[in-house]
Amino acid sequence: MTQQVEDRHEVTDTPLGIEIRGVTKRFPGVVANHDVDITIRPATVHALIGENGAGKSTLMKILYGVQKADEGTIAINGQQVVFGSPIDAIKAGIGMVFQHFMLADNLTVLENVVLGAEKLFGIGDKARAEIVRLSDDYGFDLDPDALVEDLGVGARQRVEILKVLFRGAKFIILDEPTAVLVPQEVDALFENLRELRASGHTLLFISHKLDEVRAIADDITVMRRGTTVGEADPKTVTKKQLAELMVGSELPSPQTEESTVTDQVLLSLSDVTLVDARGRQLLSDIDLDIRKGEVLGIAGVEGNGQAELVETIMGMRKATGTIRLADQDLVSWDTRERREAGIGFIPEDRHHHGLLLDAPLWENRILGHQTLPPSSKNGLIDRAGAKADTDRIVAEYDVRTPSINTHARALSGGNQQKLIVGREMSGDPVLLIAAHPTRGVDVGAQAAIWDHIKRARREGLAVLLISADLDELIGLSDRIEVILRGRLVGEFDPQTATPQDLGAAMTGGKDSAGEGGAA
Amino acid sequence: MNNMAAAAWSRKIGQALLAPLIALLVAMVVTSLVIMLAGASVGDFLSVLLRAPSNRNWVNIANQSVLLFLSALAASIGFRMNLFNIGVEGQYTLASYVAALVAGLAIFPGKLNILVAIVIAMVVGGIWAGIAGVLKVTRGVSEVISTIMLNAIAITMVGYLLNTYGQQYGQGRRTKPLSADSMFVGWVPFDARDGAIWTLGLLAVLAGVGISFLINRTRFGFDLRATGMNEAAAVASGVKVKQMVVISMVLSGAIAGLIWLPALFNGAAYYGPPFQRGLGFAGIAVALLGRNRPIGIAFGAVLFAWLNEQANPLGLLVGISPSVVQITQGVVVLAVVVAYEVVRRWATAREQKALRATLDKAAAASTDNDAKAVAS
Repeated sequence: MTQQVEDRHEVTDTPLGIEIRGVTKRFPGVVANHDVDITIRPATVHALIGENGAGKSTLMKILYGVQKADEGTIAINGQQVVFGSPIDAIKAGIGMVFQHFMLADNLTVLENVVLGAEKLFGIGDKARAEIVRLSDDYGFDLDPDALVEDLGVGARQRVEILKVLFRGAKFIILDEPTAVLVPQEVDALFENLRELRASGHTLLFISHKLDEVRAIADDITVMRRGTTVGEADPKTVTKKQLAELMVGSELPSPQTEESTVTDQVLLSLSDVTLVDARGRQLLSDIDLDIRKGEVLGIAGVEGNGQAELVETIMGMRKATGTIRLADQDLVSWDTRERREAGIGFIPEDRHHHGLLLDAPLWENRILGHQTLPPSSKNGLIDRAGAKADTDRIVAEYDVRTPSINTHARALSGGNQQKLIVGREMSGDPVLLIAAHPTRGVDVGAQAAIWDHIKRARREGLAVLLISADLDELIGLSDRIEVILRGRLVGEFDPQTATPQDLGAAMTGGKDSAGEGGAA
Repeated sequence: MNNMAAAAWSRKIGQALLAPLIALLVAMVVTSLVIMLAGASVGDFLSVLLRAPSNRNWVNIANQSVLLFLSALAASIGFRMNLFNIGVEGQYTLASYVAALVAGLAIFPGKLNILVAIVIAMVVGGIWAGIAGVLKVTRGVSEVISTIMLNAIAITMVGYLLNTYGQQYGQGRRTKPLSADSMFVGWVPFDARDGAIWTLGLLAVLAGVGISFLINRTRFGFDLRATGMNEAAAVASGVKVKQMVVISMVLSGAIAGLIWLPALFNGAAYYGPPFQRGLGFAGIAVALLGRNRPIGIAFGAVLFAWLNEQANPLGLLVGISPSVVQITQGVVVLAVVVAYEVVRRWATAREQKALRATLDKAAAASTDNDAKAVAS
């Protein structure tokens, strides 16, 4: 496989595009990038793939002027460039679309786009005309006067891309742009990207998702341990080959084994309705049961009530209706009582809801378990107990850290997530609420987290799994419910459902059910 | 391993001390520049500030440190959960007045009177701060605004009450003085004329140890710190944030109530002209300087007390206004915020390095395994 990967090097005659040669970046005592060679041909989509910690972000930062390379050169259209700051990079026509949107919700599309670039077209009609022009040219379908808070995830992302186009970018770096999208939105994004490519833009596409990379990219560069380890042709390379290049091992798959579903209902919601302060229904008449040993997957486009459902079950929001855990009524219980009753919680956004980034790992072990052994005793924090148990989690869940006194912030996303999974699995939970448990996690950690969920399920754990990764949902779940605008709109059997079936149900499209020949 | 732990420990201490030292240096440089601009001699200024304190100075520094420490400790409790209790000034003013008033009535005999007064001061301070807490959780009023307003109300109210009901005394008014058996004599380390160290300085020690234990070792303290570090995560972990806001405001106010009591029961004997204003605001600066940790606050309190005491004779000895040390104090707080951030980043970078080293080792090991696997 390595041979097949090597023979794409001849295309380098043309001086156009971006040429990265021998880029090396050292931080005190470590080498984040070494001998990185990438040739990005003009007007192509170039995919950069690699596990977390492979050095992609450092390379991105160098390319966007956030950091300076110690060695090596970057040439744009044959001209060597050195960026002191992102401002230089933007001047040279490089734009960056970050994974986490940087938009002000309470401003309009127009205001968000012109913010910080007021000098280009002013803030009035000229700017509006430019936004409309760009939006029309690339099929973005954005209304300059729409409020960003009213936009869906896909549209927000288009605003981000519009922002960099507005600033005149010809080279656009997209950092895991599909992480937040459902299949249909991914298709739409790819359509936009193809338009951009057709009009001469060059795109650097960073991703974990190998299928998508193969669908959109013209060239693929693989990074591992800080350096480029190979290139591949998306037309011929298989997913397995790419994965093996990335990790040097086989791609894990989330297949569950035989069913372990019992007939004991553990969590039961009926008529759960949640209304927000403005009177909008966030959840409407949710009825669902999860049995011991069962994984119930919730599929849905982000923002259709998944987060609210999770927060309702955790007691962070007060809904009407009944919620029962085994034979106890949970409605009047607060979050702490629910946790004490054995509900584990892997939150959707680990930085926001799951970690104290500036606290050491062992204190993070206590979070959410403040009242439970081994981290607490008689109202006091049991430091020794918490530390010992953190050691256990670090060992059992393969959390890569120099010590349990390291601050959570220092860990990579995958290792932070493994710590959270380990924490939430400790103390024999009866129910696990797992929201996007492997989001932004590298392939190795993903497999480990899947294994832990499967093992716990065999031991009788009930799991509510929310994921945007349909392969993960289909692979892990015993049953899948689709949520749309706060309602459960359909149940699927993962044995027979395809991502396309789910995608259609998630977007409310009834038409594709027949043609897919689904269950 | 032991060696490593010791090294890590000493590094931690080094980091903790580095920032304040840099800040102090910057503050001295800025103050010197101001003095130079004003046409005075920096040498004179430094020679006065750094002269050996007299016995009397030492006693004053110790006593003032106690008051500043309690004030900063009170502010730090709120700060640890991002709750900006700017109202320490009003809380201790009101608490001191009420405590002096009640103690002056001598309902209880002797030293019991003092104990009751301490409890009353804490309750009054706690309630006054609690108002801001309740307003925040029920009506969404920013505690910064409400505590500043409560300061004005408390100070005006105490002035009114004292003027209306207080005992005429010389030019001013005062509460009824305490009887001698409800007073402490303090500890006289030097000659009697140099003054005594206030007995209730012990309150500072007790409060410091108690709050330190509460915050670092108890579940309540963990909840409080977690709320300060990441409120959303604290909520998800089961912390009832509204309840925590009210409790920590009350606690902060209760400690604030103690601030002036050492002086009341040792020298003052009544609330009136000897009452020391401004400690609440100085405490905020000391809390920032001490990074809201009791140990750090203790150092900060001593530094501020030293600067105040040593600067007193500046005008007399070298013709520089003693107010110039307020520039030093202001700059040191400003500089320390910057310095802490710089040191924090430096520490984070070191941690990243350690992490990389761990990962690289693991990676190297797995590469070796790969190589072996290929070879075999």
